[in-house]
Amino acid sequence: MSAHIANGKKYPGASVVEQKGWFAAYKWLILRRISQALFIAVFLVGPLSGFWLVKGNLASSITLDILPLTDPFIMLQSLLAGHVMEQSAIIGALIVTAIYFLLGGRVFCSWVCPVNVISDTATWLRRTLGWNKAGIRLGRKTALWIMAGVLVTSAITGTIAWEFINPITMLHRSIVFGGFASFGLAWVVLAGVFLVELVGGDRIWCSKLCPVGAFYGLLGKFSILKISARKRSACNDCMDCYAICPEAHVISPALKGEKDAKGPIILSGDCTNCARCLDVCSEDVFEFSIRTRNNLDDASFSKEGAEESTKRAA
Amino acid sequence: MTQKQTKHKKVSRRDFLSNAGLAGCGVGLFSLALSSVVSEAKGKLPADAIRPPGAIEEDVFLSACVRCGLCVRDCPYDTLDLAEIGSTSVTGTPFFNARNIPCEMCDDIPCVVACPTGALDKSLNNIDDAKMGVAVLLDHENCLNYLGLRCEVCYRVCPLINEAITLESSANLRTGKHAIFIPTVHSDKCTGCGKCEQSCVLEEAAIKVLPERLALGQMGAHYRLGWEEKRKHGESLIENQHIYDLPDRGYGPSTTEGVAPPSGFPEKTQSGGYKGFKP
Repeated sequence: MSAHIANGKKYPGASVVEQKGWFAAYKWLILRRISQALFIAVFLVGPLSGFWLVKGNLASSITLDILPLTDPFIMLQSLLAGHVMEQSAIIGALIVTAIYFLLGGRVFCSWVCPVNVISDTATWLRRTLGWNKAGIRLGRKTALWIMAGVLVTSAITGTIAWEFINPITMLHRSIVFGGFASFGLAWVVLAGVFLVELVGGDRIWCSKLCPVGAFYGLLGKFSILKISARKRSACNDCMDCYAICPEAHVISPALKGEKDAKGPIILSGDCTNCARCLDVCSEDVFEFSIRTRNNLDDASFSKEGAEESTKRAA
Repeated sequence: MTQKQTKHKKVSRRDFLSNAGLAGCGVGLFSLALSSVVSEAKGKLPADAIRPPGAIEEDVFLSACVRCGLCVRDCPYDTLDLAEIGSTSVTGTPFFNARNIPCEMCDDIPCVVACPTGALDKSLNNIDDAKMGVAVLLDHENCLNYLGLRCEVCYRVCPLINEAITLESSANLRTGKHAIFIPTVHSDKCTGCGKCEQSCVLEEAAIKVLPERLALGQMGAHYRLGWEEKRKHGESLIENQHIYDLPDRGYGPSTTEGVAPPSGFPEKTQSGGYKGFKP
C-alpha cells in the first residue's frame, strides 16, 4: 500500500507525485484550468483587441459572427416564462445541448464554469485546514428541487428567474463586460460563493444547490463521453479518488461494481468528467471512455500492472 | 447500486407519497423565496435607463432577455451598456442613459439584428418607428426658450426635426413685443433617441427622455373630442338637434330693455342667450 495511507495527512495524489512526478498528478487539473481560462479569454479577445472572436457571454454568444451558442437552461426558463426565442438562439441551444450530450452534461461544471475555480479553491482550503466536517449536509436531490423551483418561478413570474441571482453569469458577465477594474459587486458575489463553499458544507454550492449543474446533470444521464474504471482490478484501495472527487458517490458503482456484475463506466449524471480521478490514481484505473463500453469484459485486467501493484502492496 | 435498486423496488406507496410531498414542499419553498427576489428586482428600471430600440414591453422583456450583451457589442456608438450588479437597474440587462450617449438611430439597427432571443423585436425595420421612450420638456422654468431666448438646440439636433419636435410660437408677455418658441414634442413621432436630452445646454437637461408610461397621460376610454368626431362624421353631430339655449349671466354688460347693447356684442336670442353661441 502507498505510504500516504499510513500518513493520513498526505494529500490525494501524493503517491502519483512520488512515482510519476508532479505534472502527472495535476495534468487534468491543469487542462481544466486552461479550459476555464479560455472560456473567459475568448470573450475578452474582442474588447481588448478589436477582433471579435466571440461576442456575448455564457448566457448566449456568437463566435466569428457565425456560430451561435445559447444556454439551454436559460432558454427553458424563457420558454416557461412564455417567450419563444428566435431561430439563432434556438439553434444555439441545440448546439450546446448536442455538445454536452457528447462530452458529458456536467462537463460544463468542471471545464467551463468560472465558479468551479472558486469551489475547488474552497474545497482545497477545507481539506487543508481540516474543516471537512464544517457546514451542513444536504441531500443530493436538493439541487434538483431548486432546479424545479427555478422553472416554477419562471413560469409564475414570467421571467428568466435564475438570471436574477445566477452567480455564474454574473461573474462571467462582470469579467467580460466590466473588466476587473469596474468589477464592483461581482466581488461580493464571488466572496459569497466562496464562503458558502468554504463553511457552508462540502461542495455545497456546486453539488447540492446550483440548479444549472442539476440541469446539466440530467443531460449527463444520457451523455456519451464517460469515465471508465477500466483497470478497476488494479485498484489498491488508496481512496485518493474518493477524496478528490467532487461527487464521490459516483465512483463506487463502477469501481467496486464487479461483485454486482456492473460494468466499469461511471454512469451517474452527477459525474462532471473533471478527470481528477485520472490524475490522482497511481494505478491508472480510470480513463475516458464511452457509455456503451460498459460490459464486464470491458474492464480489462492488466496482469503486469496488477502484479506490480501486488508487489508494491507487499 | 444493486442494493439501492432493490431498495428502490421496495418503496411503499406511503413512502413514495411522503417523499413526493416533501420534494413538492421543498420546490414550493424555494419557488417562494426566488419569486420574492424576482418580483422585488423586476420592474426596477429607473426612469433615466432607456431600453434599446425594439425592446418588447418591460413586463415581458425579462422573459426574453438573457442578458448576453450582444446588442451592447454591436452598437457602433457604445450607447448601450449592461446594468451592473447592485445598480438601480435589473442586473445585466441592456439600457442607455440618453444624457451620456443617446441612440444615434442607425438605419440598419445593428442592436436589434444582434439580439438572438427576440427581446429586441426584429419586426422593427425602420428606426423612425422605434419607441424607446418619449422626450418631455420637463422644466418650464429653466428652459431657455421658455424664458424667451432662442436656444432651440433640442429642436435642431432632433433627427426628426419639425416632426418629433416643433417650435410653437406664442407672445412673450414679459417684453410685450417678442415671440416665445416652445419646443413641443409630438409623441407619435418621437422615438426616444435622446439626442435632445444629450444636447440640452443646461447643466441639468430641461428636456429628458422618459419611458412612455411616465411621459404620457391617458384619457378616459369614454372621452370624445368634439372636433375629431365632427371631422370623422363630416358634419357637426349636434347641428340639427334641439339645443337648450339657456340665458347666460355675466356674459357681458347687463342690458336693460330699450337700451341698445354696445356695438360688436352678439345679438340676443329670444330665450335670452346670444346668437351664434354654441356650447
